[in-house]
Amino acid sequence: MIRSITRKKPLEEIEKMLEDVERVFIVGCGTCTTMCHTGGQPEVLEMESVLTQKGKVVTGTMVIPVACDELTHEALEEHRDAIEQAQTLLIMTCAFGVQTISASLKKVVIPALDTLFIGLESGLGMFGEVCTQCGECILGDTAGICPVTACHKGLVNGPCGGTNKGKCEIDKEKDCAWTLIYERLKEQGKLEKLNKYHPPKNYQVEPKPGKIYIPVEERSET
Amino acid sequence: MARSLKEALNSGDFVITSEIGPPKGTRLEKMHHHIDMLKDQVDAMNVTDHQSSVMRFPSIGGAIAVKEQGGEPILQMTCRDRNRLALQAELLFAYTRGIRNVLCLTGDAVPVGDHKRAKGVFDLDSSQLLRAIRVMETGKDLGGNELDGTVQFCAGAIVTPEANPLEPQLIKFKKKVESGAEFFQTQAIYDLDNFKRFMDFAKRFSTKILAGIVLLVSARMAKYMNENVPGIFVPQALIDELSKAPKGEALKVGIEIAARMVRTLKEEKICDGVHIMAIGKEEVVPDILNAAGIKRTTV
Repeated sequence: MIRSITRKKPLEEIEKMLEDVERVFIVGCGTCTTMCHTGGQPEVLEMESVLTQKGKVVTGTMVIPVACDELTHEALEEHRDAIEQAQTLLIMTCAFGVQTISASLKKVVIPALDTLFIGLESGLGMFGEVCTQCGECILGDTAGICPVTACHKGLVNGPCGGTNKGKCEIDKEKDCAWTLIYERLKEQGKLEKLNKYHPPKNYQVEPKPGKIYIPVEERSET
Repeated sequence: MARSLKEALNSGDFVITSEIGPPKGTRLEKMHHHIDMLKDQVDAMNVTDHQSSVMRFPSIGGAIAVKEQGGEPILQMTCRDRNRLALQAELLFAYTRGIRNVLCLTGDAVPVGDHKRAKGVFDLDSSQLLRAIRVMETGKDLGGNELDGTVQFCAGAIVTPEANPLEPQLIKFKKKVESGAEFFQTQAIYDLDNFKRFMDFAKRFSTKILAGIVLLVSARMAKYMNENVPGIFVPQALIDELSKAPKGEALKVGIEIAARMVRTLKEEKICDGVHIMAIGKEEVVPDILNAAGIKRTTV
């Protein structure tokens, strides 16, 4: 499944944000940040211990099963007293969770993590970005590999001159998306797809902030 | 009045271009000096655009200087720092200042440069920029609106004949030709057999090829490029030749190597010309041309 990939903020940054705060309630998430080991039960307990050592009062902790879903409000209700006692909530979920929790409460929320990208776990502890939600999917021309995401420059018309033995000029650990696409198309006997010219992308398919309405009558019947 | 790059490319003569790197700052004397030194030695001078993503005086400023000093500029334009509005605006400006040649590049990635936290734009890519020029020449902008006064450019692009794997690079080359590239300046080439194989492919297309000649100044530089610079292959024989140079003579050997390549490419009519890049050593470009037996009569 796709995941929101996160990284822990440096402790100094968190301490700075909690400078004038005495009482904190810590929230983790049982889904993406548990998988990333950035905001599951062990990390929440570790944070509790660290903050306690720094002289903070941790009024309580919880790990919401899926912090970004509509049940978050109910989950928070179960810890209402401990949350009320805290001045601030330290949130160890991705930014979706932070915003969902913030919208459910009147409390001050502080993120403990940085949300990096939406991706997949490709191997133990290895996470890769797979889609940037550009709104103009060209995967049909690129053997199912997304150059908008997997090419550093998001190029849609083939590799740049920085490609080097299958790797990207910015990092020898990162694959050149266009080499992957080329090899896959070659395997499929569809190399002619590389000849197609893609016009400049429309960066306003859905102007930011994204907001769409899918009318009920347009939904497929079951 | 010197001839335009387009006239040079269509003359059948072996075309020589070189490049000018604008300074990081406002002291332009050295750049002006390099322009004066090269303007009558070469058919045209590229002006680099924040080369290697290192912030510098802009290519348009350097190209205007070339023009004002009586040279023929090739404005390098990358897609890294400007969106389609800014690119088109700069093309309009360049045209009004007498600049008639543009080299369309995607541009190096931001993280390789000296402003590693900057946003890379890449609203267009090199082939889309080539087409943007062709659209503007019809009197319209990319939004489909009428231009009040239009442009006309000799547009070029780059290709990496030593890319690995090579085939996707060749497909992109073809796409750039179809997008309107009238000439190509290649990434540095050192292995003439490999380059001849590339030319067998490139000659099937109606475009001009100027082989990239990057001056080697030491065996260390050659090894470094082999290991770190994408699409560059310096054969061991050349590295050995540089290694054997007496102390302090490596540059001289580098000039000889470059001159030998230029001479061979010209005499064997392998390609349409050369693009000489003497990064940081512009003052030796006349020595390379001299050693290659290329005599320019000042027009």
